[in-house]
Amino acid sequence: MTRYILRRLLSAIPVLFGISVIVFAIMALIPGDPALAILGSFATPENVARLNADLGLDKPLIQQYFIWLGNMLQGDFGRSFNLNRPVLDEVLDRFNATLVLAGTSFVLCAFLGIVAGVVSAANQYGWADKGITFVVLLGISIPSFFLGMMMILTFAVNLRWLPASGMWPIYGERDLWALLRHLTLPALALSVVATGVIARLARSAMLEVLRQDFIRTARAKGVHERGVIWRHALRAAMVSIIPILGIQAGFVLSGAVYIEVVFQWPGIGRMLVDAILRRDILLVQGGVIFVAACYVLFNIVVDVAQSLLDPRIKT
Amino acid sequence: MTFLTLTRRAALAGGAALALALSSLTPAMAQTPPGVLIVGQVAEPQALDPHAVTAVNDFRILMNVYDGLVRYAPGTLEVEPALASAWDVSEDGTVYTFSLRDGITFHDGTPFDAEAVVFNFERMLNEEHPFHDTGPFPLSFFFSSIQSVEAVDPLTVRFTLDGPYAPFLSNLAYPTGLIVSPTAVETHGADFGRNPSGTGPFRFVEWRSNEAVVIEANPDYWDGAPALEAVVFRPITDANTRVAEMLSGGIDMMVEVPPVALSEFRSDDFRIVEQAGPHVWFLILNLREGPFTDQLVRQAANYAINKTALVEEVLEGTAAVAAGPTPPAFAWAYNEDLEPYPYDPDRARALLAEAGVENPAITFYVTEGGSGMLDPVAMGTAIQADLEAVGFDVTIETYEWNTFLGRVNPGLEGEADMAQMAWMTNDPDTLPYLALRTEAWPEQGGFNSGYYSNPAVDALLEEARTATDQDRRAELYREMQVIVQQDAPWVFVANWVQNAVTSDRVENFTLEPSFFLLLDDVVKN
Repeated sequence: MTRYILRRLLSAIPVLFGISVIVFAIMALIPGDPALAILGSFATPENVARLNADLGLDKPLIQQYFIWLGNMLQGDFGRSFNLNRPVLDEVLDRFNATLVLAGTSFVLCAFLGIVAGVVSAANQYGWADKGITFVVLLGISIPSFFLGMMMILTFAVNLRWLPASGMWPIYGERDLWALLRHLTLPALALSVVATGVIARLARSAMLEVLRQDFIRTARAKGVHERGVIWRHALRAAMVSIIPILGIQAGFVLSGAVYIEVVFQWPGIGRMLVDAILRRDILLVQGGVIFVAACYVLFNIVVDVAQSLLDPRIKT
Repeated sequence: MTFLTLTRRAALAGGAALALALSSLTPAMAQTPPGVLIVGQVAEPQALDPHAVTAVNDFRILMNVYDGLVRYAPGTLEVEPALASAWDVSEDGTVYTFSLRDGITFHDGTPFDAEAVVFNFERMLNEEHPFHDTGPFPLSFFFSSIQSVEAVDPLTVRFTLDGPYAPFLSNLAYPTGLIVSPTAVETHGADFGRNPSGTGPFRFVEWRSNEAVVIEANPDYWDGAPALEAVVFRPITDANTRVAEMLSGGIDMMVEVPPVALSEFRSDDFRIVEQAGPHVWFLILNLREGPFTDQLVRQAANYAINKTALVEEVLEGTAAVAAGPTPPAFAWAYNEDLEPYPYDPDRARALLAEAGVENPAITFYVTEGGSGMLDPVAMGTAIQADLEAVGFDVTIETYEWNTFLGRVNPGLEGEADMAQMAWMTNDPDTLPYLALRTEAWPEQGGFNSGYYSNPAVDALLEEARTATDQDRRAELYREMQVIVQQDAPWVFVANWVQNAVTSDRVENFTLEPSFFLLLDDVVKN
């Protein structure tokens, strides 16, 4: 097992190296350069050249890439010229916020999606199934950023129940209660689509299982219907639900970009959007590398966990 | 089935509990404390070092934390004393001597004196200066005419310029001329932008990344302590979210309200504040090739576009029709006699016929949005329709702002016949000098992307830049505006009327023509 983990970790190195080349190339290829973004209407060729020299952007691209890579290997991600602070500090700060939002959403959609799927399957073609299917399809069809805006309009502007944006109150205690109030709307908006997808797939996984012999046996032995569904059938269905959860975790993380912009959540998605618009090269590169590294690591953890749970998967 | 009855009951109970919990929140929400003003900004500031930043968004904070040697008098773009109590300009316009106010200290407790002023300009301009590496200083060219700065005595500082340069004083009033504490720069180095210290009415308290910048009243302010206890600047990049925060009471003031959202605020709970500023929105025409080489065709375009409809319908009254290249906000230099080209499609058709072109085909560069560009896509479409109505055949090409600048600034030759552009400046010299002179063609490093050239205009602008007498300068600028309007190297479209919305708890707030946000007299109940 240790060897397997080590092998997986080693194989991640070329992946990250490849990502670093791609993200560097993309930032170099997109039109408009940072000096232009900073100087705006004052961007005379002369001013641009001077500022590029100050930013170290006048060196050949290959040289720039290796300077960046070399520094990064020593743990120095550089400095965001736009925010005037080390890239790594900013990325770590922002990543925390994204974890809180995406983590909450993920728990929400996993829980709600599975419950909805199981209830649907247990009542196939009944009114509960039809009702849930309707709501779920509605949820899948509404773009999350639009839903987010509608939620702000309803719960923040009209009803004034919850704050419209941000992660913490500007004044007052920064306790769990304050965080929950700020988290409610964005976490709900972010989880809706994934909840729908999980519910649909959980329903079919459950229907599959409910047709199997051991369920009939359990019923024949007089197991209570609730016990049949939640203890026997769901456990068996989880084998096909868990990989779906893994995929949906990725969707929740990428969907966080829109939600963070709509709700001004100080997460890494919003950071990247702002950084790209301002051509904050080092921040974009550092942020993407960091997210990619986390993603690769997360995948390794999932694979390892799966191989631990299911001996059929070869290490 | 038992399961379902259970969930139904549970759902009911849960729903009721949630509703109860939420309704108990209602009174606690949406009250910001009195004396503390919460401002919705359009973006996170880049830095709070006035020499290192270029965005109006950052200037809005900086102008409340720092002072310059001079500043714009309230409601105008004319220079008045600030940290300098008086100044003297030599006969030939090359030596400026400032007398500094006595007894002023920076927020970090160190004294403000002539040495501090020297430090500020040396840091920006002298590459040998030990703290020059705390830059880059992208707008330092504002002061590139400075040859030397010396402290004559602790309260007198002398600038020697390499030649007469009339906009020098208004450049000093610009945020790039604000004075920072040398000790704070020495202490924090490259992190000064996050640990600012100035002499202004408010002093810096904290910067919570992506959440807020907090400043509090400076009780010892030389010009009288401000009425507010503190100001919190919140970056809210999404315009819809900013409007929602304003409506829900999460912020007390927002700037740059989108035109379509203004109607939301027309009630007793809000105040809308408006102010025209030194801004021009125009279309650059390509005078080197294509149909606009002919002055008649250029004038036809000016007649064909319904500017009144643009500002009233597309921009919902958030702009005024522009008459020429100089915005009326520069009251002293603006030519009051200049009438905008009227909307006259028949005249436009007649001019096209006279020029002998029936259906000139033109390529029109439009941007998706950018600093001062207002609502460029909607405006571009309306302009296209107006031009096509008189016979032009207009093809729009739309670009993202940075790409757009990268295509337009190097010149329109081989690119397009017409491009949108907008400028916000601090002196009537800046825009025409950088964008209308022959020597400002892109190949010479200027912004004259349409290759306009008129020796009379060149001469007027050169003289206006070096004349030390303001009345003489005004005369020259007025003359220039008449000629440029006739030559029509641009289609003159609009001057932006900047807006802000405050809640009814905010008093004494006005917007300045400079577009700066000055909060020292504002009261919040």
